Amino acid sequence: MKKLFREFSKGIRKENPIFGLALGLCPTLAVSTSVINGLGMGLAATFVLLGSNVIISSLRKIIPHQVRIPCFIVVIAGFVTIVELVMAAYFPALSRQLGIFVPLIVVNCIIMCRAEAFASRNTVGRSLFDALGMGAGFTLGLVLISGIREALGSGRLFGYVLFPGYQPALTLALAPGALLILGLLLGLSNLIFNQQTSRRTDEQTN
Amino acid sequence: MSNKLVVQEAPHLYAAENHTRIMWTVFLSLIPAGVFGVLIFGLKSFWIILVGIVSAVLTEALIQKLRNREVTIFDGSAALTGLLLTFCLSSAVPLWLVAAGSFIAIAVGKQVFGGLGQNIFNPALVGRAFLLTAWPTPMTTWPGPKQLFDGITQATPLAKNFVGTSYWDLLIGNRGGCIGEVCVLALLAGVLFLLILGYISWQIPFSFIATVGLFAWMFGGESLFAGKWLLQILSGGLILGAFFMATDYVTSPLTNRGRLVFGFGCGLFTAVIRIWGGYPEGVCYAILLMNAATPLIDRFTQPKVFGVK
Repeated sequence: MKKLFREFSKGIRKENPIFGLALGLCPTLAVSTSVINGLGMGLAATFVLLGSNVIISSLRKIIPHQVRIPCFIVVIAGFVTIVELVMAAYFPALSRQLGIFVPLIVVNCIIMCRAEAFASRNTVGRSLFDALGMGAGFTLGLVLISGIREALGSGRLFGYVLFPGYQPALTLALAPGALLILGLLLGLSNLIFNQQTSRRTDEQTN
Repeated sequence: MSNKLVVQEAPHLYAAENHTRIMWTVFLSLIPAGVFGVLIFGLKSFWIILVGIVSAVLTEALIQKLRNREVTIFDGSAALTGLLLTFCLSSAVPLWLVAAGSFIAIAVGKQVFGGLGQNIFNPALVGRAFLLTAWPTPMTTWPGPKQLFDGITQATPLAKNFVGTSYWDLLIGNRGGCIGEVCVLALLAGVLFLLILGYISWQIPFSFIATVGLFAWMFGGESLFAGKWLLQILSGGLILGAFFMATDYVTSPLTNRGRLVFGFGCGLFTAVIRIWGGYPEGVCYAILLMNAATPLIDRFTQPKVFGVK
């Protein structure tokens, strides 16, 4: 159980898809204009990740090694189609907002990376927790970035006005803001994480 | 005790010059332009300049404290960044915008890269570029000269529908524009001071301004070779940018050949943005773009080591 929990927690902190592995940056930059968009994208990717990891890990002994990538893509594309259709049916506004980036989850590096590096080599249980952790890490990162961008870039959070009288800094709602906030958060997480590791090695050498 | 023993690499040359002295000298040389800016646009500009400098210095102190570094706010570099930032703001901007700009300039433009000497881009211009995209309306409203001359809100001479201001008006600053850029004569007095002291070299400003003049003459007019090149040189922030911002030691090339290339690039981008671009002024973006190219220029203009064929 402890091992499974570690599979889950590594996705949130140490191997966080955005801040640790720097994967899936294209949707991160593109849809993080509002918290709703970020959350929607994160949950959609989590669902696809969950489905593809479970199916691929349970089929890992059947899939021939030489054609594994096409097999992964077929599985992933199946789940993406489900997400796309469900979103268009029940959340049409969100679906219009996210646009092309929902079908593009097929080529999201995080999902491909987890399929190739984890699910195709591990048991169904571990793959499930890996997917949950990675999905949670991705969603948290997206919510964080989009929260900052929406709060400062348009003065709102979940569409509600935060501070009346605040003149939003348009930059942060536009493309430069995405790169700026992502870069600053990456640096910050590196700073915090590296300080922790260096302290640990200090203790070991002492 | 440990502070009294200084271990340094060669050359062990002693000179009275250090970056603190240079920063404050440049600061001093900008004061005439600031004084005239306040005289021309009114007391509000004084508060803008003050808020810009104070918030830049406070940001520097705060971040250095947070990073457990030595607080070096008295070396003048943060104050100079704040001053230069407010010099390229319009006198109509609210004070909170100035403070936000100074914060971005120091925090994102400088301290994120590791502080003085490490930044890729000119911090003051990073602040200005951020402000321009963040709050475009107050950033592009230029009130006309108020105090020293009679005037009303007017387009800067670079705006497309601009008509009539004499060259003398441009020299003394009787025009709309940013606080520190309008009074060319006061800027040139500071420039002379710095050139005599040798704190800035002539290569960057010369090739920068000459390139802008050349392109404005060739393509700036109704027909080829009919542009008003002198108007283009004297208006906008070209003099301020070419002498005080493009020559920033940290973000410009090291060799003289490289500086000529750097100035040419700045001039080219400025002219392209002014003549064909959507913004009325291109100096800020031109310098930032060439800042990004500086490591490349340095690599291709390395002087040959003596004795090597």
